[in-house]
Amino acid sequence: MIELREVTKEYSKGIAALNDVSLKIEQGEFVFVVGDSGAGKSTFIRLLMKELEPTSGKIQVMGQDLGKLSHKQVPFYRRKIGVVFQDFRLLKDRNVYENIAFALRVTETPSRVIKKKVPAALSLVGLAQKYKSFPKELSGGEQQRVAIARAIVNEPSILIADEPTGNLDPANSWEIMKLLEEANQRGTTVIVVTHNHEIVKMMNKRVITMKQGNVVSDEKKVGV
Amino acid sequence: MRFGTVKYSVKQGVKNISRNRMFSIASIATMAACIFLFGIFFAIITNFNYIVEKAEEGVAIVVYFDAEATDERVEEIGEEIEKYEGVAEVKYVSAEEALDSFLSDYLEGNEELAEGFKDDNPLVDSDNYEVYLESVEQQEEVVEFVEGLEGVRKVSKSDVVAKTLENFNVLLAYISGAIILILLVVAIFLISNTVSMGITIRREEIAIMKYIGAKDSFVRAPFIIEGILIGVAGAAIPLVILYFAYGKAINAIMSKFSVLNSILDFLPVGEVYKTLLPVGLALGVGIGFIGSFFTIRKHLKA
Ligand SMILES: Nc1ncnc2c1ncn2[C@@H]1O[C@H](COP(=O)(O)OP(=O)(O)O)[C@@H](O)[C@H]1O
Ligand SMILES: [Mg+2]
Repeated sequence: MIELREVTKEYSKGIAALNDVSLKIEQGEFVFVVGDSGAGKSTFIRLLMKELEPTSGKIQVMGQDLGKLSHKQVPFYRRKIGVVFQDFRLLKDRNVYENIAFALRVTETPSRVIKKKVPAALSLVGLAQKYKSFPKELSGGEQQRVAIARAIVNEPSILIADEPTGNLDPANSWEIMKLLEEANQRGTTVIVVTHNHEIVKMMNKRVITMKQGNVVSDEKKVGV
Repeated sequence: MRFGTVKYSVKQGVKNISRNRMFSIASIATMAACIFLFGIFFAIITNFNYIVEKAEEGVAIVVYFDAEATDERVEEIGEEIEKYEGVAEVKYVSAEEALDSFLSDYLEGNEELAEGFKDDNPLVDSDNYEVYLESVEQQEEVVEFVEGLEGVRKVSKSDVVAKTLENFNVLLAYISGAIILILLVVAIFLISNTVSMGITIRREEIAIMKYIGAKDSFVRAPFIIEGILIGVAGAAIPLVILYFAYGKAINAIMSKFSVLNSILDFLPVGEVYKTLLPVGLALGVGIGFIGSFFTIRKHLKA
């Protein structure tokens, strides 16, 4: 599904944010990526989104060599990936419904499909009642649930979350993890970057640990 | 592009304008000033052209003959002039006709005095050819040719007025061209700035759009629509004002300078707008499109 081969990313010459990283993530996996701040986790994700080009090495996602993807193909590639950020990144001038519909409009989905898919995504994250609310009227946890609904409404093959619980209290963090796990159970490959060791321990999934641009450990599930 | 997408882009474009109200108004006002001036110059120039055209119809050279020229020679001269390129018509005017026309021009209302001249024609040697030209520009050349003909005593060129009008018209076209060019640049600059502001305000939204998988065209469409809408508004406002002002202006000129009524003949507003309306709107749309298209391209390269 996702394969990095000897990938190095240098923002400025000689300083590698990602240093000769090779790894493989299979379809349907749920993977945590952990590591100190500055370890290169976000760089990894931005490379997967083809927001950045690797300085060297090869990245393959869903059978496509990202290096060979033309500028015109990038949007279509990104439509197969859902992303969630620490700071939610909702549109403040639009209500919950419009925020989720936005992802479908951007991909030029017909209106009648939008009308069906938005409520469905909202009920998946448990916010069916709040479709008219604006982001500032919602708690952090609710905002992140809207962001997840927006990320999954296009039914992506891969769901990526960069510190999705970084701004949330433990209870809300658990809610978000549950939603990500449910998406994984529906068949989506999920990659979660997090600092929250407690959650990582409890969830019992594969954990990739990074340090200064290197993968220092990659532990599959540790028994049950 | 889907209809839903077009609708969405238009809605966002309108939203850009209202969010960014001060800049949008400034852009529309500049555009309006630009198109307004263009409209005024256009109306003046088309009317001048029309007047010059009319004046040129009356442009004639008058050819007088040597006293000893025979009737045959006079006829030959007429034929030679007629064959010359650029000559529209050659008309023979006898001395009697010349006098009649002179008397009716200058002694109108003084019929008794006029009668007195009839018996003793002072214009006895003034039978002549009136030579009408296709355009005033050929006048000099034709005059030179006719002066070289044997048996021609004198050639009088007429209508310095037509020539002056034409020169004035060219000058006016240059001045208006320069003013309009400057205003166009200012208008494009302002629209570009307005769109830049909009892009800055929407930077985060654009980033999200790109993450979600928006094509470049989808990201750009609202801004280009914003530019075009500003352009259309900036063109429509002055065109409507000019439409109503035109008739009023002509009435004012006519009543102030009633002496000119016989010389000046203005085009009706519909005639002027046949060209001005599509050109003005195209200018507005064009400026709006150019101003926004290149700005958004510059900002959203990556
Ligand atoms: N846009 C950038 N320009 C230059 N250096 C950057 C940029 N983004 C990240 N870095 C550097 O790359 C390294 C990895 O950063 P990042 O991938 O954001 O780490 P993490 O997400 O694990 O905190 C850090 O040393 C950071 O300073
Ligand atoms: Mg990070």
